[in-house]
Amino acid sequence: MKKVFGRPKSMKANIFHYCAGCGHSIAHRLIAEVIDELDIRGITIGVPPAGCAVLAYNYFDVDMIEAQHGRGPAMATGIKRVLPDRIVFSYQGDGDLAAIGIAESFHAANRGENITVIFINNAVYGMTGGQMAPTSILGQKTTTSPTGRQSVLEGHPIRVSEIFSLLPGTTYIERCTVNSPASILRTKKAIRKAFQCQIDGLGFSLIEILSPCPTNWKMTPVDSCRWIDEAMSKEFPLGILKDVPAEQKKGERRHAG
Amino acid sequence: MVIGEAAIRAGCRFYAGYPITPQNEIPEYMAEHLRQVEGGVFIQSESEVAAIHMVAGASAAGARSMTSSSSPGISLKQEGISSLAACQLPAVIVNMMRGGPGLGNISPSQGDYFQATRGGGHGDYRVIVLGPATAQEMADLTMDAFTLADQYRTPVMILADGMMGQMMEPVVFKEPQPRVYPEIYIMKGAGAGKSKFIRGLILDPLDMEEHNWTLDRKYQVIARKETRHELYGTDDAELILVAYGTGARIAKGAIKRLRNTGLKVGLFRPITLWPFPTNELRDLAKKVENFLVFELSTGQMLEDVRLALQGFARIGFHGRPGGVVPTPAELANVVTRQYDRKQGIIEHH
Ligand SMILES: Cc1ncc(C[n+]2csc(CCOP(=O)(O)OP(=O)(O)O)c2C)c(N)n1
Ligand code: SF4
Repeated sequence: MKKVFGRPKSMKANIFHYCAGCGHSIAHRLIAEVIDELDIRGITIGVPPAGCAVLAYNYFDVDMIEAQHGRGPAMATGIKRVLPDRIVFSYQGDGDLAAIGIAESFHAANRGENITVIFINNAVYGMTGGQMAPTSILGQKTTTSPTGRQSVLEGHPIRVSEIFSLLPGTTYIERCTVNSPASILRTKKAIRKAFQCQIDGLGFSLIEILSPCPTNWKMTPVDSCRWIDEAMSKEFPLGILKDVPAEQKKGERRHAG
Repeated sequence: MVIGEAAIRAGCRFYAGYPITPQNEIPEYMAEHLRQVEGGVFIQSESEVAAIHMVAGASAAGARSMTSSSSPGISLKQEGISSLAACQLPAVIVNMMRGGPGLGNISPSQGDYFQATRGGGHGDYRVIVLGPATAQEMADLTMDAFTLADQYRTPVMILADGMMGQMMEPVVFKEPQPRVYPEIYIMKGAGAGKSKFIRGLILDPLDMEEHNWTLDRKYQVIARKETRHELYGTDDAELILVAYGTGARIAKGAIKRLRNTGLKVGLFRPITLWPFPTNELRDLAKKVENFLVFELSTGQMLEDVRLALQGFARIGFHGRPGGVVPTPAELANVVTRQYDRKQGIIEHH
């Protein structure tokens, strides 16, 4: 009998601690599949964050070093500069990347560090119990914005992918989601492109994943998937924001023609 | 800059830092010279926070790594230093102390003694702290710092001040020791083998407790084996000054003056500030009854001296915080005011 579905080689045989319907587990699996397909397990070093994914080293069967909250890209910078031929990725939530670690993330991107950031945008602080995140959308109720996020008091949601794509150091940035089979396949393709950019030595790549957090959104997993379509992706439009390899190819074709 | 050159000679291959006076000569030296060395990486980071976490990454990836800063910047690095201690990663951190608290000023101070010797960040941990007093010692201790950091897999701090950064003294660099650091601690991808992880998060309190005791056992060994100090004129002394770094240089000047007037004063100079040479200091109290602590602070090392000597000797104190650097003459005057041949230390604490 042919095996059509199994655990990626780059995953350990541990059961996820994530809540039912959580986007983290899907993102983990996609990253592991990409690592397998690119055959880079032995040269990959991952940097998990403080956040719900803090135990990612229990799931990924690649070398991992945990960062303090928000410091992943700084740590990844240190690793990559010392070991430029390794594949280094930082895995970060929205609080981690867009609040406490915005400086480390922004500057790693601006330096064009040849690393990949997987950015899980679930519009809340998952691990600490559903507080407002920099990416919470206007009107969104969280434990620290109980009547809904108001721009006059709490500012606007930060569009990380748009902002980072303005930095010349970035090479591939795409915003995807994992709320349907089709979107999951698309996300996997995006992750693969991002890692490929790094393998090709092109610079900083970032994949933003709109990711359900049914527990803190206080919704069923199905409603959470719907909320991503109906609300979240209105604030954070899906799509490729930057694709330097594609632009280069287009440029070459123009030259040829 | 002595520290930068000593670090490169000691095999430092990664430096990250953020400008702050009075230590900019170190990053500037590294920017020029570390990049010329094969595999040498220099990064001017976006903050001290980023720098220390870059250092942690580089250290985990197998490079001898260093950062430097001055007081306010060292406060920002504490999160990372705590992490380095928790993850048992070697690194060298230089603090060229300036007047504080707050933004303070840029003058030489010793106000960060507590922060340095009590761990500095959150959690139950210690950092080895070396306090050089001469340019030669800055070179030697910088090189030793890398060896100690590797040997004990722990962050090591060089605690100096701007005064020492400006010193012009001849220096002979010693032969660097080859690095001894087991491959198993280096994170470089799993290859075909088992993957590993480095973490500071240990959720189970019993496991975390065990980790704390593991670290503590290591600190006990360091405390037993690694104390260093200098004795100066203590053989015939009736009064001993206790001072380190710039304070000790001033103390030596004062001692020369006092001896010229016939007062037999000596110096006990801790070189390791953590571990503090407690037993070595207490040994002196067998012969000498009077001690005077001198610091460029309101009295921080004073507490360690009390721990060593309380009940064994009379302890006086003179401090000038805030970036004021007194002359040897001032200190000599203080000694004659505080010390009476018959009564001993008068204003004893
Ligand atoms: C310095 C510091 N501040 C605060 C925390 C507490 N903390 C842990 S995770 C987290 C936020 C997690 O939210 P996010 O980054 O969005 O990730 P998620 O859990 O949603 O995946 C916070 C505030 C911490 N670990 N360290
Ligand atoms: S709290 Fe939210 S982000 Fe965290 S595991 Fe549960 S669903 Fe996932």
